Amino acid sequence: MNQLNALAGGLFILTVFGIVGLRQVIGCLRLFVMQSVLLAVSALILGIETGSIHLFAVAGLTIGTKALLIPWLLYRLLSHEIHARREIRQVLSIPTSLLIAAGLTIFAYFTVRPLLDINSSAFIRVNLPIGMGGIVVGAFAITMRREALPQLLGILTMENGAFMAGISIAPNLPLIAELAAAFDVLIIALVTGLLTRRIHRRVGTTRVGDMASLKEE
Amino acid sequence: MGAKILFNIVQVLVVMLCSPLVKGVLDRFKERVQSKKGPSIFQPYRDIWKLFHKDEVVSDESSWIFRFTPYVVFVAPIFVTLLIPVLTDYPLFFAFMGDMLAGGSILALAGFFATLAAIDTGNPYGPMGASRTRMVGFLAEPVFMIVFFTVSFVAGSTIPYIVQQAWITPLANFFEPSHVLVMLAFLMLIIAENGRIPVDNPSGHFELAMIDESKALEYSGRGAALMKWGGCMKFFVLLCIFLNVLVTPWGLADGPSIGGLLLAIPLILLKMLVFLVVLVAIESSLAKLRLFRIPEFMGAAFVTSVVAVVVQLIEM
Repeated sequence: MNQLNALAGGLFILTVFGIVGLRQVIGCLRLFVMQSVLLAVSALILGIETGSIHLFAVAGLTIGTKALLIPWLLYRLLSHEIHARREIRQVLSIPTSLLIAAGLTIFAYFTVRPLLDINSSAFIRVNLPIGMGGIVVGAFAITMRREALPQLLGILTMENGAFMAGISIAPNLPLIAELAAAFDVLIIALVTGLLTRRIHRRVGTTRVGDMASLKEE
Repeated sequence: MGAKILFNIVQVLVVMLCSPLVKGVLDRFKERVQSKKGPSIFQPYRDIWKLFHKDEVVSDESSWIFRFTPYVVFVAPIFVTLLIPVLTDYPLFFAFMGDMLAGGSILALAGFFATLAAIDTGNPYGPMGASRTRMVGFLAEPVFMIVFFTVSFVAGSTIPYIVQQAWITPLANFFEPSHVLVMLAFLMLIIAENGRIPVDNPSGHFELAMIDESKALEYSGRGAALMKWGGCMKFFVLLCIFLNVLVTPWGLADGPSIGGLLLAIPLILLKMLVFLVVLVAIESSLAKLRLFRIPEFMGAAFVTSVVAVVVQLIEM
């Protein structure tokens, strides 16, 4: 069980790297779906092991919102953006950003190291550093990418990372908090999606990285 | 004692005789997927046989390196064969002479000579292909290193026979995340090192786009046959390391009986067949990368292997 959880964690952090390093938007979105499924798998395993019913709810909520509802929503709102064949523009080249992301993961591991000394159950050892890595690398993805949708995926990745760490530290979090978080993410995706759609209509592009100066009309 | 010598000889013979078959099957599969008829699976044998009976032409401008290289390229995989588990899962004579790093360095020696020989003749395509191979090679190097570090981290050794045992005892170790990630990274390495499709097109005949192939353009006759055969054996040996050490360390002979040894031959060929199907699926579904995209591919492999180390570190 522990190994399966670690495997889900390892693949999870790999998909996080994919969010930083992939060129096609549609690929990023698929990776995000995979990432959410892996998070759900991890929650399921933890739920079985700790016997906490809340974690099953987390797994169900993750599948429902992040693996189904949000991608569907983004597909509907931004299909032209997703199916655009052009490549995502980045601030740094992809190998460089991948290397920085790898460095950030190791940094995340060392930041949570003191916490691991306090409570070192096998699941916390895996989930906490990986979740932390997800948060940091997700934030890095937001700064790296210059377009709206990949930036949104960066935020959602951070959120997934926080959940990954959260389910191991607090397996008995009240259901209402989880519901609130899941609903929150949904609203974030909806609002950002609508905003991006508006931006695309007004400016004709979603390269928000280029919109540095204000314009008077 | 005598049996062990015999086993070693059988291992080398299997590598020498079966490696063109593997290449033939791979070519045939690929053509079939493209709904062509494809050459016979024994075509590489015929090619090598034909080349051995042809006259050799050597440029006046070339030095001894050019004539010496085919032998190095041919012999290097045979030496590696002595170090790795091809048919048996217990160490034979030379197993403790060198670990996987030694195997890597022997193959790198062959690569080094092939590069020199490509530059030697003054054919413009040779140095171009050689420098590109070096580019892919030096990008692959750190990945190799990290993969070996991970492996030695887990198994406490880099001798392939010991590593092989560490992954499957107990069986749960097989699902160890670092194991799965190392397998992924090594798969990408095999693709890059053998010039398979996302990195290089092995069946392309356009010199300007060649990476691996153009180094052997100047060879004819016996030299070409040895280079070709050596290339097949290198592929076979890398597959042996990948399948017998990392992915499926089952089905190898475990006792000193001849029957078990002979049974291991079809089993390893079967494993390779399965792997070739996977490889053909990868090759047929991806497009060749542009030259300056190759660092991204290798960067992905590098990150995969680094994640393998990090996860291993986390679990400690």
